[in-house]
Amino acid sequence: MSEEIRYLNPIDIETKQEKYCRFKKHGIKYVDYKDADFLLKLCNEQGKLLPRRITGTSLKYQRKVAQAVKKARHLALMPYVADMLK
Amino acid sequence: MNRYETVFIMTPVLSEEQAAETVDKFKKFLKGKGAKIKHEENWGLRKLAYPIQKKTTGFYQLLEFEAPGEAIGPFETEFRRDERILRFLTTAMDKYHVQYAESRRNKAKDKKEKSSEAKAEA
Repeated sequence: MSEEIRYLNPIDIETKQEKYCRFKKHGIKYVDYKDADFLLKLCNEQGKLLPRRITGTSLKYQRKVAQAVKKARHLALMPYVADMLK
Repeated sequence: MNRYETVFIMTPVLSEEQAAETVDKFKKFLKGKGAKIKHEENWGLRKLAYPIQKKTTGFYQLLEFEAPGEAIGPFETEFRRDERILRFLTTAMDKYHVQYAESRRNKAKDKKEKSSEAKAEA
């Protein structure tokens, strides 16, 4: 009586959404340090830079983003340390 | 002649005219060094993300210009000497930055035209 276990509804294996580099995809060539709200999208609530494994950006643009964020912080457009930024 | 872009913050204690006067002072300094001002933007009084010299707001000013390389050293010491300036940042512009700046300017112009048309119709 080896009846297989049948699930009531098929278990939905969490389909892994393909990560892509938003700079390559939209053809953005320059990361501007002046528009802080775009840079905020790439930071977490504490204002720290999100790692590449989460944002999926390629190494070349991650470095440009890092430089832009540091310049924005220097000009007080972005905080060095923040809580509940979003 | 390379392209540079400078953003600097002036202390909020200044009145509008004093702020405009400091901006003119730096523009004259640049012209004296043989630079050509391509574009300038005044973001006005803005809140700082963190207090600088105990002040939480400042007048932001952007200057985009073309200058010989030797002009930048004295230009920056001029900034350091002037106590009305809280902070400044000069960046050299590579070709992608120049393209970006131009497209940003056109976008701003279109917006202005659109808003002026809207006002004209209203």
